[in-house]
Amino acid sequence: MKTVELLDVEKIRKDFPILKREVNGRPLVYLDNAATSQTPQQVINVIVDYYSNYNANIHRGVHSLSQEATDAYELARQKIQKHFNANKSHEIIFTSGTTHGINLIANGFSNRLKAGDEVIVSALEHHSNIVPWQMLCERSGANLKVIPMTQAGELDMEAYGKLLNTNTKLVFVNHISNALGTINPVAEIINMAHEVGAAVLVDGAQSVPHMNIDVQKLDADFYVCSAHKICGPTGIGMLYAKESWLLELPPYQGGGEMISEVTFEKTTYADLPHKFEAGTPNVCGGIAFGAAIDYMNAIGLEAISSYEQELLDYATQELNSLDGVVIYGPDKNKTSVISFNVENIHPYDVGTLLDKMGIAVRTGHHCAQPIMDFYQIPGTIRASFMFYNTKDEVDTFISGLKKAILMLS
Amino acid sequence: MTIEEIKADIVDEFSMFDNWEDRYQYMIDLGKTLPLIAPEYKTDDHIIKGCQSKVWVHADMEDDKVAFTADSDAIITKGIIAILIRVFSNQHPTDIIEADTDFIDEIGLKEHLSPTRANGLVSMIKQLKMYAIAYQTQLN
Repeated sequence: MKTVELLDVEKIRKDFPILKREVNGRPLVYLDNAATSQTPQQVINVIVDYYSNYNANIHRGVHSLSQEATDAYELARQKIQKHFNANKSHEIIFTSGTTHGINLIANGFSNRLKAGDEVIVSALEHHSNIVPWQMLCERSGANLKVIPMTQAGELDMEAYGKLLNTNTKLVFVNHISNALGTINPVAEIINMAHEVGAAVLVDGAQSVPHMNIDVQKLDADFYVCSAHKICGPTGIGMLYAKESWLLELPPYQGGGEMISEVTFEKTTYADLPHKFEAGTPNVCGGIAFGAAIDYMNAIGLEAISSYEQELLDYATQELNSLDGVVIYGPDKNKTSVISFNVENIHPYDVGTLLDKMGIAVRTGHHCAQPIMDFYQIPGTIRASFMFYNTKDEVDTFISGLKKAILMLS
Repeated sequence: MTIEEIKADIVDEFSMFDNWEDRYQYMIDLGKTLPLIAPEYKTDDHIIKGCQSKVWVHADMEDDKVAFTADSDAIITKGIIAILIRVFSNQHPTDIIEADTDFIDEIGLKEHLSPTRANGLVSMIKQLKMYAIAYQTQLN
């Protein structure tokens, strides 16, 4: 097993050109990783190489460039399949990102649900995992139920058990809360849902950068994520779905790529995965997504995760030593996200002053208004760490925060 | 004082600061001194929702001049509101309608008036002008 000492952070930082830049005259301290991660040169090189050497439309071309681009794109799909331990590569559908994957499934279920059916979401969801299901329920007449959260920022599993019944058709839950960093017990959630015959979609946007995911071991029906949270580019992501579901669900969009035969009387759909990939895909993005996974695996997600936990513990301890700081979410079993407030100070003011000092954090409701309503706060300040952050940066953040508090008090 | 004279004064005051800390400290202190909006106007009818901070605005007209009071839940937003109110308040509606906010660039606070900032300030300026237009109509 890899150990923390194997993570050479100074060497890793050299892979990320953006970390060298200054913001407002200060060296950038980037602590908004839960919103988007930065891109290493290795991935940037793949993007440049694609457009410099083999940019082409894929799958139907007989010429060499098209073949090369198709091979690279399909190889990326296989890398993703292997990384998530999907049974078959066509169970990996390229999407534009997590939100697209969620909408694809919500749309696929719209004709399968009827009035009286029940759909469960968790109180810890991002708006992208609430709104599509509300829309689905409005269309189908199904009822939306919510797994409540506790004061500690965890899901109330006993309440979840009571919500499940034979009318439950779908359960949607994030693996990790973007607002609080809570790691949800998804294996247990899936297991309990399957006992009543419900399918489960897991939003992995926040988990994928921090841990190894085995979709078969989890027995997830659907698992979605975005490449830009895991050192890849924006505009590309994946939907994993069990083959049986992909065969059963209708296509999401019509167009080129997704057909087998077209006449004006009838169209037959293409085989998997193309049935769900209408139009020219984000070829470069898919290939770069594969490169990002290679990059993460070369460092090792276990080493990454232990190092990030160390950073999290250090930052939490330092923050707790400041007067008036309130941290939201669980004390343990969370990823490297700290959501907090300073008594009597608006998060927007703190974020504005930290930015003047070159420190990037996120402030606001983090697209999770129900969580903010639960705590009765307008928002939080969220610092989120990746394996390329350092203890020195935590120190800069803490001293910047002290200065901001002094100015605002 | 005319709007142009007040703007020139503000630009003058800010020119004394040679670092961002002093500029922001001044704004924060201004935010603390802003006359609060009367509680009866701090309601949803008077709210301008930014994604990040909330702003409340109320207007009255006396002797053909519009007086504004305002508040925000974020102190830096409030400081900028104090500056804007100093410029726009107690002026004739026509002058308010015609006034621009270019001086905000000159005092180094441009980023706060960006439409993507989501602090409610851009909408607030629109609201001030809407009030002025409404009162102008009354005068006509």
